[in-house]
Amino acid sequence: MSIELGHFALVLAFALALVQMCVPIIGGQLKNETLMRVGEPTAMAGFALISLSFAALLSAYVLSDFSVLNVWENSHSAKPLLYKITGTWGNHEGSMLLWVLILAFFGALVALFGRNLPLTLRANVLGVQGAIGSAFLLFILMTSNPFTRLDPAPMQGRDLNPILQDVGLAVHPPLLYLGYVGFSVSFSFAIAALIEGRIDAAWARWVRPWTLAAWMFLTGGIAMGSYWAYYELGWGGFWFWDPVENASLLPWLGGTALLHSALVMEKRSALKIWTVLLAILTFSLSLLGTFLVRSGVLTSVHAFATDPARGVFILGILMLFIGGSLALFAWRAGSLTAGGLFQPISREGALVLNNLILTTATATVLIGTLYPLLIEALLGEKISVGPPFFNLTFGPLMLPLLAIVPFGPLLAWKRGDLWAASQRLFFAFGAALLVAMLAYVVIDPSSVLGAAGIGLGAWLVLGAATDIVLKSGFGKATGAVAWRRLIGLPRSVFGTALAHAGLGLTMIGIAAVSTQQEERIVALQPGETVEIHGFVLRFESLRPFTGPNYTEDQAHFVLNRVTGKPLGAVVSAKRLYQARQMPTTEAGIRTLGLSQLYVSLGDRTPNGALVVRVWWKPFVTLIWLGALVMMAGGAVSLLDRRLRVGAPMPRAKPGKAKVAGEGARG
Amino acid sequence: MTRKQKRLTIIAGAIGFLAIATGLTLYALRQQTSYFYMPADLEARPVAEGQRIRLGGLVEEGSIQRSDDTHVRFAVTDGEQSVTVKYAGILPDLFREGQGVVTEGAFDGAHVFVADSVLAKHDENYMPREVADSLKEKGVWQEN
Repeated sequence: MSIELGHFALVLAFALALVQMCVPIIGGQLKNETLMRVGEPTAMAGFALISLSFAALLSAYVLSDFSVLNVWENSHSAKPLLYKITGTWGNHEGSMLLWVLILAFFGALVALFGRNLPLTLRANVLGVQGAIGSAFLLFILMTSNPFTRLDPAPMQGRDLNPILQDVGLAVHPPLLYLGYVGFSVSFSFAIAALIEGRIDAAWARWVRPWTLAAWMFLTGGIAMGSYWAYYELGWGGFWFWDPVENASLLPWLGGTALLHSALVMEKRSALKIWTVLLAILTFSLSLLGTFLVRSGVLTSVHAFATDPARGVFILGILMLFIGGSLALFAWRAGSLTAGGLFQPISREGALVLNNLILTTATATVLIGTLYPLLIEALLGEKISVGPPFFNLTFGPLMLPLLAIVPFGPLLAWKRGDLWAASQRLFFAFGAALLVAMLAYVVIDPSSVLGAAGIGLGAWLVLGAATDIVLKSGFGKATGAVAWRRLIGLPRSVFGTALAHAGLGLTMIGIAAVSTQQEERIVALQPGETVEIHGFVLRFESLRPFTGPNYTEDQAHFVLNRVTGKPLGAVVSAKRLYQARQMPTTEAGIRTLGLSQLYVSLGDRTPNGALVVRVWWKPFVTLIWLGALVMMAGGAVSLLDRRLRVGAPMPRAKPGKAKVAGEGARG
Repeated sequence: MTRKQKRLTIIAGAIGFLAIATGLTLYALRQQTSYFYMPADLEARPVAEGQRIRLGGLVEEGSIQRSDDTHVRFAVTDGEQSVTVKYAGILPDLFREGQGVVTEGAFDGAHVFVADSVLAKHDENYMPREVADSLKEKGVWQEN
């Protein structure tokens, strides 16, 4: 019964989304206040209905109701409760439902916290959100209904794909979708601005926190996905340049550019048209990502099922929204007035350079991702564009960007002094150089590139620290005064510094692992050892183990330093999931400081030895810790409580408006 | 500088940067893409020794030979021709006989394909798409 309720709620939500799409925008054109105000209650009611629908599906999963086709296909009664819950979005239909749930959630947030927005802007924003919502709800209802019944109901389900039964996967899709869909808000604001033909700094102040929040979640989602692939697939890689990974990286790059250009617009009212275009492009890239992953055009872990009807439908949505918004942009962009002037060497100039590099890098990743599809469609030839392509294009484009990051925050708005900024960064540069030399001499004299990469990461971290030290005036003022200034600094300054430092940490991790990891592949008999990077790993025994819905062969190892100091046991396993008869590898990972020892199992050789692959991954955890620091930077920025100057209207309810309304600045 | 000059500076910078990016992209596309072959394609389109390709097909029944160290030899077939593949390392979890695989590497002098990566499907419903398409063309595809 609750399943049918969920289905009806979804149909109602679709009808409501159509109202939300049409009425407020028409009201905006007719300057009719009553019609414009229809947007808020519909957005909130739509969110309530989709929540109800999602709850119905969730309860079917928790109760293992195999009379629902979707539950039968992706669940099993012996599955642990956590994976019953996460299984709700571990499949195509459920994950699309999560997508619209998050979309409706953002719509409701705009309705709730948008009280201080000009009425027409709010009406148009909610209208565009309604349009996106109705398109995707229609998609779910027509091609991907999660509520289809199965009669007669089978006794047992087919279980969730074992590699998706993991805590990492519990968090990865929701975070990723919060990011993807979060960009729909900046998109809606951009379209609303184009419809109205009016855009100002207050608009940017509104868009920034939404972009920042979406960017933060997307950062977390990508990092989580990368860590999941690292430990779950048993290959020990953190990024494969897989098209599906690229699909999440593209909006991240676009969103990062948007974040920086919205800053220029907010502070100096320059780059208006560009910011609007970036907002459109970023969400378009999110939609493209959804299309690539959901249509089955690409095959990967994420392509749950391939159904041509779905691909065509999403392609239709994609063309409608991207084509429509770009056409609107071409038609209306001219009506937006140009903004403030600035010298090429200035904070604005640095941010323009940032945007230039980020968008170019986005374009190369996009080309690398779509090129094989294009060649196959046009010539019928099957080619693959792999990591070497991206290393050769994305790498050289991004490295200069990383090198100039520390200069940006030190340049003044409007007219900056590059020489003064360089002098201030002298210490950071010297220290980074020292780190690079140390890395070269101490860690590995064979890799100049690795040392340079580590130095570059250190440059970012130290540059961020320099910014904080200079802004608080340490060295110039007395300690107490500087301390007070430090505490008084706007939080967004810390946000910027944290985000840039996090990028540096990630860079150090990537450089260290890519150039200095060690690998051994050996066949071991019980009692035999393998030596790697000053550690000795001894294979003890292979023991069977039975889990709730799987059996496994656990290989027990004992880890010691070469000096004999014991470091405890490491367990790695080959697991067999009963329902699908599918094997997986459970890597044994031992974290030592910031580095990790990674043990993964292969097959048995004819003489009974076990093939074991052991990696030493120096500083690998920094890759994801850096992402966490970037997220922390976003969060700190979001909490910036500086009062805004020139807000469009006095706040009706200051307490509420603060949370979403406060933008970051820096 | 006037507004026009500033704009020109930015545009010139952008064009220069885009030119570099385009150059890199074209170069990388020429150098770093690898073509997909099935064993039977190799006669029609010969591949030079050392040229990187992706070779796909089914793992031939009874062809897997493991040595006592970590080397594995197996044959990839498309029902017409088969090619011997040599690989050192750990095979994917779902690597078995009769299974679709895509291997990446190059031929050595003895016409043995030396693979540095072997990909099998992620779950029982998924077959590497190139392999599935090619097998369907050849009529040896079996729905399971």
